[in-house]
Amino acid sequence: MDALDLARWQFGITTVYHFIFVPLTIGLAPMVAIMQTLWLRTNDERWLRMTKFFGKLFLINFAIGVVTGIVQEFQFGMNWSEYSRFVGDVFGAPLAMEGLAAFFLESTFIGAWIFGWDRLPKKIHLAAIWLAAIGVNLSAFFILAANSFMQHPVGVELNPETGRAELTSIFELLTNSTVLWAFPHQITAAFMTAATFVAGIAGWWMVKAKYQARAELKATEKAETDGKIKNVELYRPVFRLACSVLLVAGIGVAVTGHGQAQLMFEQQPMKMAAAEGLCETEEGAGLSLFAIGNPGPGHCDVWTVTIPGLYSFMATNDFGATVEGVNDLQKAYAEDYGDGQDYVPNLAMTYWNFRLMIGFGVLAAALAIVGLFVTRGGRTPGRWFGRFALVAIPAPFLANLTGWIFTEMGRQPWIVAPAPDGDPAIRMLTEQGVSMVGPWTVGTSLVVFTLLYGALGIVWFGLIRRYAAAGAAEIEEPAHTDDDADRPLSFAY
Amino acid sequence: MELVTVWFILITVLWIGYLVLEGFDFGVGMLLPLVSRNDKERRVLINTIAPVWDGNEVWLIVAGGATFAAFPEWYATLFSGFYLPLLLILAALIIRGVAFEYRGTIESEKWRRNWDWAIVVGSTVPALLWGVAFANIVAGVPIDADKQFTGTLFTLLNPYGLLGGLTTLLLFAFHGALWLGLRTEGEVRTRSIALGAKLAVPTIVVAGAFALWTQLAHGKGWTWALVVIAAAALVTAGYAALRQNEGLGFGMTSLATAAAVILLFGSLFPNVMPSSTDAAFSLTVDNASSTHYTLVVMTWVAAFMVPVVVLYQSWTYWVFRHRIGVAKIPPGHGLPWNAAKATPQEAAS
Repeated sequence: MDALDLARWQFGITTVYHFIFVPLTIGLAPMVAIMQTLWLRTNDERWLRMTKFFGKLFLINFAIGVVTGIVQEFQFGMNWSEYSRFVGDVFGAPLAMEGLAAFFLESTFIGAWIFGWDRLPKKIHLAAIWLAAIGVNLSAFFILAANSFMQHPVGVELNPETGRAELTSIFELLTNSTVLWAFPHQITAAFMTAATFVAGIAGWWMVKAKYQARAELKATEKAETDGKIKNVELYRPVFRLACSVLLVAGIGVAVTGHGQAQLMFEQQPMKMAAAEGLCETEEGAGLSLFAIGNPGPGHCDVWTVTIPGLYSFMATNDFGATVEGVNDLQKAYAEDYGDGQDYVPNLAMTYWNFRLMIGFGVLAAALAIVGLFVTRGGRTPGRWFGRFALVAIPAPFLANLTGWIFTEMGRQPWIVAPAPDGDPAIRMLTEQGVSMVGPWTVGTSLVVFTLLYGALGIVWFGLIRRYAAAGAAEIEEPAHTDDDADRPLSFAY
Repeated sequence: MELVTVWFILITVLWIGYLVLEGFDFGVGMLLPLVSRNDKERRVLINTIAPVWDGNEVWLIVAGGATFAAFPEWYATLFSGFYLPLLLILAALIIRGVAFEYRGTIESEKWRRNWDWAIVVGSTVPALLWGVAFANIVAGVPIDADKQFTGTLFTLLNPYGLLGGLTTLLLFAFHGALWLGLRTEGEVRTRSIALGAKLAVPTIVVAGAFALWTQLAHGKGWTWALVVIAAAALVTAGYAALRQNEGLGFGMTSLATAAAVILLFGSLFPNVMPSSTDAAFSLTVDNASSTHYTLVVMTWVAAFMVPVVVLYQSWTYWVFRHRIGVAKIPPGHGLPWNAAKATPQEAAS
């Protein structure tokens, strides 16, 4: 492998890994903030216990998201310095804005929230988690604005003298139609992730508490079962809240995903055609549900199950519309951007990841619908549901990852894909963006990060599993002394 | 003043913010085994920075982002050229950050021991390497006509670079000792200040030598003032440590760190990365910068956001201003090592 392949693997591995944690952070921060708000408004101690329980899980996750994020920013310079030189005038701005407007906000107020339980007045302490939640969501916006520039560069033109992209309008860059669709799609997907996480754990606990109470009822002939039955009721409100969030977010994901697909059809038709495995231009093209064999170069025409006309509808809202296939698009790209280059992304990766993304998303949404149904009117479902709730937890994580693999691999061979409605000179092939660093250097860092991330991933999973299995702790009254300075810390590392 | 100069100054300010703030964080991490005698004391040390370390580290992210936005060529050459040291710094910052958050999650001596080592190593490595990196930036490294770094890792390990590394290592240890003196009480405080007093002389000698070398080889007339300020601040800090006036001492190590950063960046200007191959290949504020429009946009963003950030970060320092001692450390909050025995009730304790 040469430095280009290694650098691509490294970016893929570090980004996919980082992105396991990010959607959960983005969605869980506001959900914990909502739980704490409900506690302050209702004075129901169950919400406090849920705030602390899911707050703890949130922090275990947040820590790893933060430290892996630093690598992301530095990596553009380390591995993709020629890209950084080409787009630095444009691409650095949203990254710097993210730091100034979002990272400072989230990291400072997370600290205030963790250690401020009895240091801060209740309302200010609540404001701290909300500010952190706003910070993580803002941060998503700036990163997506930067990424959208790579998908659809606008607000920029080429300086022929320096050969570099130059920013002409920050407003256009930040209101890129691509980011205006990508942001709500990603935020709703993050809410799905967090809501499935909360619903999965709370649902499992609710069922478990019911059977614990039953077992105890049998053993003790009715005595002292209140506590266990209370536990069913402890997790029910948060479970139903999470299911509702999941349902709304799921609808949001579908609607914004549809909008994104239509936009992509205009902006990156090659990516859409690849996602469909559509080789030849077709009138009233069908939507491929699944394929036998992998669509790939030379054998686009694998046997697939399709719904007639649906792809044309997805792309244009018209069942009979003509949509271009990969082969015609390749010809058109070669005419516009030069012969001798394969402009077709990896078909198998784009085709399958697109389907997996949707499939995993649907599985998560199913949890919400089934969950709300089986808990209607105070019912508590059986053991099967506890298992289903747990199994559903990874689904939205996988949907996020496959979605990003799809959209980034579908952009290839471009690192900056040319915008059909922008300056056509603003484009760069991935192979042109890589640093002039030796393969051994990149290989070393690839190995270091992969091993380090692998080890941390095991620790992260182990901690999340243990803390989730330990359940929500009882609330202890802190021992109060009057003197502010002499009070023991309510929480310490 | 030209905008490129404004941005050069702003990036200097961001690095001052980063190195003054995370400087004492690194110091606390490095001194962990030297100051503490048991786990409770280690928790005292860690909790002096626990609410703020993450916010402190963002200064680095913003310094990096601002360099990318304002001087993309500098960002590209520096980060691809100093690849392996940066890799080490990143790996160190990762294990260190996770260690703070995770060490208390499981009640096990072995678990905590391992994370403690992550904190010590994760603090020492960057404290050393930032100095090596900055010294090499100022001294100049081989850069060709295409703005590519042509050296290797060993190019950076020259005497001046290593002296720079030793300077930041000692300076941050000293700075951290005085921070601990300022933020703890009882025996931990006494021990920290005593350690600070011991660190004063080697810090003054090494940092003084580095500052003089920098000034004589790369300095300008006006940067003599910073050599004098840094030296006077360090001597005062040493004196303050002996007199157990840790507030003054901490103020002085902060001042010395800031003066050192200004000395380095002042010596650098108007270059941002001089080339040792040929002065004509040097990256300067002009040939490495973004366009005027980008700088204008970023100036507005920074002018609005930086004061707000300073304001709310100061607020958190004020909220967590009380001294910490062993008596104020609550019992551990972690789950037992053996998960099978864990129940919700135990998890509460």
